[in-house]
Amino acid sequence: MDVSQYMDLFLAEAKEHLDSLNENLLALEKEPGDIKVLNEIFRSAHTLKGMAATMGFEGITELTHEMESALMLFKEGKVAVTPEVVDVLFRCLDTLEMMIENITEQGEQSYNYQPLIEDLRKLDRMRGEQAPGLPEAEVQQEEAQQEQPMEFNEFDISVMHAAAKSRYSSYYIKIGLAPGTVMKSVRAFMVFRALEEYGQIIKCQPPAQDLEEEKFDDSFEVVFLTQEPAEKILQSLEKIAEVSVLSLQSIDADRLGGDDSNRAETAEPEKTAMSGKPAGHVPVDHDSAGGAAFRTVRVDIGRLDNLMNLVGELVINKTRLEQIGLTHRLTDLLEAIEQMGRLTTDLQNLVMKVRMVPIKQVFNRFPRMVRDLARELNKEVQFIMEGQDTELDRTVIDEIGDPLVHLIRNALDHGIEQPEERIKAGKEKTALLRLAARHDGNNVIIMVEDDGRGIDIEKIRRKAVEKGLLTGKEGEYADEGEILKLIFQPGFSTAEVVTDLSGRGVGMDVVKSKIESLNGNISIETKKNVGTKVIISLPLTLAIIQALLVGVGGEQYAIPLSSIDETTFILPEQIKTVKNQEVMLLRGTVLPLLRLDRLLDIPAGNKSNGELFVVVVRKGERRVGLVVDLLVGQQEIVIKSLGELLTGIRGIAGATILGNGQVSLILDVNSLV
Amino acid sequence: MSEEKTISKDEVQLVVFSIGAEEYGLEVSQVQEIIRLLPITRVPRAAAYIEGVINLRGNVIPVVNLHYRLGLEQRKDTARTRIIVAEVQGMAVGLIVDQVLEVFYLSRSALEPPASAGSVNDVAFIKGIGKLSDRLILLLDLESLLYLNKAEAVS
Repeated sequence: MDVSQYMDLFLAEAKEHLDSLNENLLALEKEPGDIKVLNEIFRSAHTLKGMAATMGFEGITELTHEMESALMLFKEGKVAVTPEVVDVLFRCLDTLEMMIENITEQGEQSYNYQPLIEDLRKLDRMRGEQAPGLPEAEVQQEEAQQEQPMEFNEFDISVMHAAAKSRYSSYYIKIGLAPGTVMKSVRAFMVFRALEEYGQIIKCQPPAQDLEEEKFDDSFEVVFLTQEPAEKILQSLEKIAEVSVLSLQSIDADRLGGDDSNRAETAEPEKTAMSGKPAGHVPVDHDSAGGAAFRTVRVDIGRLDNLMNLVGELVINKTRLEQIGLTHRLTDLLEAIEQMGRLTTDLQNLVMKVRMVPIKQVFNRFPRMVRDLARELNKEVQFIMEGQDTELDRTVIDEIGDPLVHLIRNALDHGIEQPEERIKAGKEKTALLRLAARHDGNNVIIMVEDDGRGIDIEKIRRKAVEKGLLTGKEGEYADEGEILKLIFQPGFSTAEVVTDLSGRGVGMDVVKSKIESLNGNISIETKKNVGTKVIISLPLTLAIIQALLVGVGGEQYAIPLSSIDETTFILPEQIKTVKNQEVMLLRGTVLPLLRLDRLLDIPAGNKSNGELFVVVVRKGERRVGLVVDLLVGQQEIVIKSLGELLTGIRGIAGATILGNGQVSLILDVNSLV
Repeated sequence: MSEEKTISKDEVQLVVFSIGAEEYGLEVSQVQEIIRLLPITRVPRAAAYIEGVINLRGNVIPVVNLHYRLGLEQRKDTARTRIIVAEVQGMAVGLIVDQVLEVFYLSRSALEPPASAGSVNDVAFIKGIGKLSDRLILLLDLESLLYLNKAEAVS
């Protein structure tokens, strides 16, 4: 059977299940008694197993199967949920992730998972030690249950009774598959998944195992408990391709007899009324299948990139039209373009929104990471995440992960103290680590905050002098802010012990340059014994920016508006020289000047002797004036990469195409001055 | 280049062009298109052999000054000057040539290793030399031309 066409679907869903497993396992460790979470874990593991079996990945199937058995021990209360046990399960998840990764890359799952299976089985033996007896009985019961035809045994009936009491209705649903359907088991899974959104399946015929192995004809039956109306269930089932509902009937638990039926009927008339309403056959409306619309669509990210490119081209062409209109003074055209401009802006915003992804995608992996690290370092940490729904452009999302990993590791490794040390310092034994994201205008602010020991300013001061980053005198006089900035210098690390995690001296400088390459900013606030806060500010999107076009010699350059403070002009004779550095006075303060033509070796054009323009740019707290020949105007530009051959040129951030089709380079103020 | 003829293993199909007085060739499979000279934007601080970048239908691609790279005398743009857009390791690169001459099949047996001929400083970028009755065609090795082979950084 060819299942390759389902591969992408499988991979995407498998990853989702792994994410949810990770998340829920963490929750379970915190709240070992939470049956809901445990059930959720079960469901994910089971679905994953089924999907893998269908696709023929035996390794994944086997490993998830063993995991399920281990989880069963939790459920039965035979093994306590201890960090050690959870560790084993986490390792299983890592292994599964690796296997799925391998499939993505090589189409194979090859991975040695045997040692893990051993570990899982060890858990099983732990059960033997802790609570001997009664292991087999339940397994048998489960099997016996599965062998039953679609008749209800006492157990089923009592479940339905109990369900009816808590206002759940029971339904019997017979599901048919179109003749010749491939991947029948996948359909069955989709049906199960759809149903599980609304309630619980308590029974199915043929048994789930046979459905997984495709040992069934064109139909199967389930008994389903839900609080939702039958129509809703029907609708969601009819959405699944090649699946039709042959029959959907309400089961009146009372009529099936059983222990407390009479009492239920007399004592709770309200309940009978309820179960009475949807009773009877619900007509299956096949037309509704086509009418029901999907709410979401999965789109390949490459297509979105293309869409973005096209919108970019549109913006460029609009600018071009504008220029034609201005040159020829065509008022009608300009009016039309204005209208078009509004439309392109709307379109651009829309595409931008479509490309936005919640930062959750990046944050998701951190709870697990923090847990593992904290265990490794013997620290107690409460990890709080806020603003996970904050949205960012995908390109930014892709890049922001590594810097955050680094910052969180730093906080855990250097910031947060050992529990004893915390108690001595009069703090809570459990440290607080907070990761928060929020929107702030056209920026997103991400914060990593801990209540650890803070950064030792004096230590950095000493280190800096030692390493010759500061002279002895500078070291003495530098204020806190200046000292903190040194952390971002290449090769600077204060860690006394080089641990596995951090403190190798490659760190904050890499984080900083990454953030800056994303047009963002990073800053640190710290207080001894109170904690450290790292604040990152990032633009919402990177693809289209506002820029100022300037002319120098015969060339034009674009300077991102985000790094411009103001523009002004100056006469050549007003330029003064201080210590070989040209400066000007701007409202009483001295502003160092840099001539763009000298900076970029621009061949001298027809030099006018008249006034020059000064673009005041910001680099951190420093302000510098860039001297240019003329200001062309402010424009929206689409950032294009210069390609591999031209990467890493200091001062150049990329290129853009102007309205006249010419390429203009975008200056990177940070590395330029 | 629409020949239906199947290229046998004994032949290479070449785009032949001139730079200065010499004739060079590139395998057709490496050539994406040939365009007229477009306005080129200089890229400051880039390597000297990079003439700049052009706008190729919305894509910004670098353009190489082959005269400079091959150590030949300065280029004079004429009506015949062309940019050959080649594909190297997945990226598009423009090469400025004086004139595109022709496209033809060359038997592999007519190809020789570059040891013997060509001016000395060329040899590194030459993959082979094609010998026709009265002509020599130098086959360019784009990877080494663009420093993509070794870890040689573009200064």
